[in-house]
Amino acid sequence: MKKIFTVLVLLLAVSTMFFVVGCKKEEKGTVKIAVVGPHTGDLASYGIPTIKAAELVVADWNANGGVLGRQIELVIEDDVCKPEVAANSAAKVVGEGVVAVIGHICSGATKSAMGIYNEANIPAISPSATNPPLTQSGDYPNFFRTIASDDAQAATDAEFIAKTLGLKKVAVLHDKADYGKGFADFTVEALKGLGVETVLYEGITAGAVDYSAILTKIANSDAEAIVFGGYHPEASKLVQQMTQMGLDIPFVSDDGVKDDTFIKVAGEYAEGVYASGPMDTSANPMSQKATADHKAKYGEDPGAFFINAYAATIALLNAIEKADSTDGLEIMKALRSNYVDTPLGSISFDDKGDAIGVGFAVYQVQNGAYVEL
Amino acid sequence: MKYFLQLVLAGLTKGSIYALIALGYTMVYGIIKLINFAHGEIYMIGAFTALIVGGALQITTGLSPLTILAISLAAAIFFSSGYGVTMEKIAYKPLRNAPRLTALISAIGMSLILQNYVLLAQTSDFLPFRSMIPNFPFLTPGKSLVTTTQLVILITTVVVMVILTLLIKFTRTGKAMRATSQDKVMAQLVGIDINKVITFTFAVGSATAAIGGVLIANHTGQINFYIGFLAGIKAFVAAVLGGIGSIPGAVLGSLVLGMTESFGAGYISSAYEDVFAFIILILILIFKPSGLLGRNEIEKV
Repeated sequence: MKKIFTVLVLLLAVSTMFFVVGCKKEEKGTVKIAVVGPHTGDLASYGIPTIKAAELVVADWNANGGVLGRQIELVIEDDVCKPEVAANSAAKVVGEGVVAVIGHICSGATKSAMGIYNEANIPAISPSATNPPLTQSGDYPNFFRTIASDDAQAATDAEFIAKTLGLKKVAVLHDKADYGKGFADFTVEALKGLGVETVLYEGITAGAVDYSAILTKIANSDAEAIVFGGYHPEASKLVQQMTQMGLDIPFVSDDGVKDDTFIKVAGEYAEGVYASGPMDTSANPMSQKATADHKAKYGEDPGAFFINAYAATIALLNAIEKADSTDGLEIMKALRSNYVDTPLGSISFDDKGDAIGVGFAVYQVQNGAYVEL
Repeated sequence: MKYFLQLVLAGLTKGSIYALIALGYTMVYGIIKLINFAHGEIYMIGAFTALIVGGALQITTGLSPLTILAISLAAAIFFSSGYGVTMEKIAYKPLRNAPRLTALISAIGMSLILQNYVLLAQTSDFLPFRSMIPNFPFLTPGKSLVTTTQLVILITTVVVMVILTLLIKFTRTGKAMRATSQDKVMAQLVGIDINKVITFTFAVGSATAAIGGVLIANHTGQINFYIGFLAGIKAFVAAVLGGIGSIPGAVLGSLVLGMTESFGAGYISSAYEDVFAFIILILILIFKPSGLLGRNEIEKV
């Protein structure tokens, strides 16, 4: 009796699988675009706004007849920001026959996925992967981004430290991951050029319960500021423990910290923190429309990289239209040769894939919100 | 010299954080010889319970911070113990006579289930955990040395260690626990209800994890569903270092680990903090395989 029951359960499970597969049958005639990024896990707050941006743009275009006279379909895949998962997600969306990719979000994950897209000649536009070698190494001719690279960001931060704050000595910390360490290294380089000395340069363990030892070390060095390359969970622990220890020096960080989640988690301790992020585009009418659409549909302000993702999707659809083809190589050519109006302004892409016309600015937390300086 | 002292205090803080989690780990191992990998998750659930209860009380009532801390701590202990005991009943009790490896795998499964349960039932985001411990004014001048939360964690660790030692060494229940640990069959023959003893062990172990969860969340200022993992691993290392099964050993092991990390970060480089921690672990285990205070088990033939 028990055996029969087991067999029945197995049969049921197998038939359910068939049912699921059956449902996923291809809709003919749509142009498929993948959106890949962290949609669950610690860093989901960086990935979800991109889905929303792509959905809003695609809804607009579909209502106006789609692209090349076909409707656009989004294929959404989660890479949890992990390189090992990203390679699988990439292979999966390639297998589903996507024309292009919006993503990935984190630099490490993007790096591991790009080779797979490159083999299939699929262009990918990331709204947020800022690691410089992605474009500068020339390894990925199919990679584009609607955000300036880390060295541009590091140069902005370094200039801010040297000129605006007028400091001479800094301590540089990073979280030992691609993004954070890349930013830290470029900042050290840029600071050297401006005559600022890096008195201390160290990696910290992400997720550790306590950073008192390293903060004590900084307090005992003659550093006048801390530069941190990494994401908001560590940044908020660092600023909280700095305040509790009475270590009162400026904390300058990157785009991974310039997110409202940082302010939410760090609360009062976030006050006064400097972080660089993409330039404020709130005066751009297209950006205002995108934000208004987001508010109308989701009832809240858009999250991190929303505008960049919105611009990436517009640039991509525009390039498909201009190329008059869904062939990857044609789309890449069109991305490079045309300027397109986006919420970030009028942008195009250079030979390496970096956006022309996109830059960084430094922000500070004042009264619980980031204010551009 | 001041720098050295600061590093000692940073190491003490880190060590006592690890110790608070390691105590429960080591006690459960000591009694039923099971490495309870889900201990870190019980710690995380404790922190979440305190956040929910504390948050609700802060909004709805005007109680003083200390009262709120006490109530949320009690709630965290209650819920965590509940989870701990239920977990034992579901995942470990049916496997009591199975090979030890089976129970270990079951523990890993339990850990994943609890992590994902909190992820789905609560959120994947980091949540702010506002400190509920008011600052002691007398510590203000020395806050670069030790903060209020650090001091509270330090004292709590010592108190919990003393209470657990007294409980196991000098009470009737403690005697029953030791008997169960030595020989389950014989313990039953002399009239000890080993089910009750094991349930009690899990309840107490989970309660210490809950205390750890609440205090450490106060220190780090943020929690999410994943905090139990890294904390659990570090506490496990500390417990093994000190001799798993030994209560003072867990505290000693944690302090050695915390100090190593602190001095490693302070004098060499914080990038290699974990490397130093594990080098120490390997060295100690090479020379003393049962850990610092662990007893060598004599195999009777």
